[in-house]
Amino acid sequence: MELLIRNGFVYDPINGVDGEKMDIAVKDGKIVEKVNERKARKIDAFGMMVMPGGVDIHCHIAGSEVNSGRLLRPEDHFRDFERKTAVTRSGVGYSIPSTFTTGYRYSRMGYTTIMNPSMPPLEAKHTHEELSDTPMVDKASYPLLGDWWFVLEYLKDGKIEECARHVAWIITSTKGYAIKIVNAGGLEAWGFGGNVQSLDDQIPCFCITPREIIRGLCKVNRLLNLPHTIHVHTNNLGKPGNYITALETMKCIEDLATENKPIIHITHCQFSAFKGGDWRTLESGAEEIANYVNAHSHVTLDMGQVIFTDTTTMTADGPFQYTLYELSGNKWVNHDVETETSAGIVPFHYLRKSYVHAIQWSIGLELALLIKDPWKIFLTTDHPNGGPFTSYPRIIAWLMSRKAREATLKKINPRARSRSLLPSINRELSFKEIAIMTRAGQAKALGLKGKGHLGIGADADIAIYNLNPETIDPSKKYRIVRKAFKRAAYTIKNGKIVFKNGEIVKHLDGATMWLDVKVSEPAKISEDMRRRFREYWTVECENYPVTENYLEISQPINVEAKV
Amino acid sequence: MITLTPKKEFRFPVIAECINPDIFHDKTTKEIEELKIWEGNKQKMLGELFKVEENRTENPQEREAITINGNLNKVRRIGAGMKSGEIIIHGDVGMHLGEEMKGGKITVHGNVGSWAGSMMKSGTIEIHGNVSDYLGAPYRGSIEGMRGGKIVVYGNVGNEAGAYMKNGLIKIYGNAGQFLGLRMRDGTIFVEKDSGGRAGACMKGGKIVVGGFLESVLPTFTIDSIKEKVKIEEGETIAGPFYLFIGDLVENGEGKLYLSKEKNPHLNHYERLL
Repeated sequence: MELLIRNGFVYDPINGVDGEKMDIAVKDGKIVEKVNERKARKIDAFGMMVMPGGVDIHCHIAGSEVNSGRLLRPEDHFRDFERKTAVTRSGVGYSIPSTFTTGYRYSRMGYTTIMNPSMPPLEAKHTHEELSDTPMVDKASYPLLGDWWFVLEYLKDGKIEECARHVAWIITSTKGYAIKIVNAGGLEAWGFGGNVQSLDDQIPCFCITPREIIRGLCKVNRLLNLPHTIHVHTNNLGKPGNYITALETMKCIEDLATENKPIIHITHCQFSAFKGGDWRTLESGAEEIANYVNAHSHVTLDMGQVIFTDTTTMTADGPFQYTLYELSGNKWVNHDVETETSAGIVPFHYLRKSYVHAIQWSIGLELALLIKDPWKIFLTTDHPNGGPFTSYPRIIAWLMSRKAREATLKKINPRARSRSLLPSINRELSFKEIAIMTRAGQAKALGLKGKGHLGIGADADIAIYNLNPETIDPSKKYRIVRKAFKRAAYTIKNGKIVFKNGEIVKHLDGATMWLDVKVSEPAKISEDMRRRFREYWTVECENYPVTENYLEISQPINVEAKV
Repeated sequence: MITLTPKKEFRFPVIAECINPDIFHDKTTKEIEELKIWEGNKQKMLGELFKVEENRTENPQEREAITINGNLNKVRRIGAGMKSGEIIIHGDVGMHLGEEMKGGKITVHGNVGSWAGSMMKSGTIEIHGNVSDYLGAPYRGSIEGMRGGKIVVYGNVGNEAGAYMKNGLIKIYGNAGQFLGLRMRDGTIFVEKDSGGRAGACMKGGKIVVGGFLESVLPTFTIDSIKEKVKIEEGETIAGPFYLFIGDLVENGEGKLYLSKEKNPHLNHYERLL
């Protein structure tokens, strides 16, 4: 099918197009130079904004953890439901919507690619089953390897190359996309009721420190040529004073950086940017982190913005979730994924009038505004930890309009307001910068070649928003901007119009991307490894890998490793 | 005044949140008949399921009232979210009566299903009959219990009445089931007759008064004193004497559990701890 999008204001930062009026031609799911004008279906995008389809680098949308969250929170479902239509299925859930609804809601906002950031290798099959049931978007998942026993052992012995081969095996067999590290070493310690307090704490039984794990996996990542960097959830997350840990994490691999390329992604950085001795004296550490990131080029971040709403926190960081449980007194799920990792879930309500929550809200925005280069910081809420992904338009409005920020500042805790840096920040992002933070930058950081841009040969994933950049002043009319980003005028996936006039018009299953890492000499499944699987896992080594037929639409990406 | 009469015995659940004085307000009989209502998985119009009659009266208060006559035990969510006006029901009613009610009054001359007055914020519900479980309790999983208002029941109630209650008053002139005031934070529950076991489990605050028999007090409650009388609401005080227990200590709670001394002679061994 051929498609021609005419006269839209195109924002394509990767190809240097900034709001120019031009036509976009699509043929067979790809962007092409031109199409037969008479035959092609035409979309009149006059007075509208054309962007690449949105990319979300970090959102918990599938897997056993998310599903436990759904089970834990019936009250999250009964107020927010969607009826079935001729093309869509019904679904429920506000902060943790059911799989189909997740896909539809992303598509409604013009998003076409999303990344599920935490997949315990043991739960890979479950995760992929849910991802296959998340329609309208392409997706991928990051296996949790920061506390994976074999990785810890290889790193302890300094066997980086063997470790790389093993990681290649585990990424390919779990059909993963990147190396995810959550509270490196802390989850292993949590198995014994402990945690690590700094990068140089020893992990019980392994004689290794978080610093060595992060450095080791960073080297492994480079040896394997993986498209994304290591994806790190820092140690001490959610504790006052942890901005020092975040800075140390970035510093600890500074010497490994080459060619000004990013080698680490610090995810949901807001939760790692707390300054102060305790909750009463909590302050924002955004300025320090922003100064560091502005001066270095080996880091990318995402915001992890907090929204004042009732949401569900879920991470693999068991000890952090325990702290949250103690703070809130809410119901709590604590889960130990056999030898691999832990997980915790606590429902959480962020309140405007709470000092700590208001400071958190402020930190997220400060980070996004103080970091000068939008290619280094991306818009997320760490869905659903900071708030559901459906609140992205609200964040866009805050970033684009000082007035919008002031309107919210007026309503928050007065002590937090007086300590917030936001009143001193005049910066208002442009549409181009928003396009970078919500799609182009994320696609670039993920190394997705066909996503996040509208150049010839790119995937025809396009979002058209009903906003005219020539007539609208986003800093004053932020409500209109918010509304437009909430509901795209058109969403085009694989060259097909899937969302139009406020309705899903076509159901489309997205592909699951995974890395087929080719190493010169594949990792050996040793007898010792088999024995350990038999002794410590509920699943035998042979049954462990996810076979390709598990994925509804499999899209392997070939990676040639250096080992 | 609008009078509704079911046209048939309902076989499937009817979700009738449109039966609400705020929605009926300023609508003609015809418009009311055209309101959307779900019967099972079919969307219908109110007029298809109920006979709608309007009796014109000049008294503005009466004009706002809705009277329903007949068996409604399959009809759910009547008066959900209502802010003003009055609903009078002669007959049995199904689940979720007056859910998230914010004002007005509902009177039922009959029995009521579960979750009556669930999550209510204000207003009054008066029930001249028995009530099933979860009176005034929140939806499953939620901790947003009753925030205000008043529920008066002249019959018996089921389990978990007043769970997660944060404010308001529940008066029960019959017996109560188990887990009365489960996890309540504040507010008052009064039971004139007997209560089932585990009253006040995990309560953090508030007041539970049991005028009848309670088999045993949870071991996580501690006796505080004997009170001669206890205040239920402004202008209403019940004469005792009452044993006053404080708990639930598992939750570091400071809830008050008053038990009639006369009806609970088996608890007199607590007196030596005073």
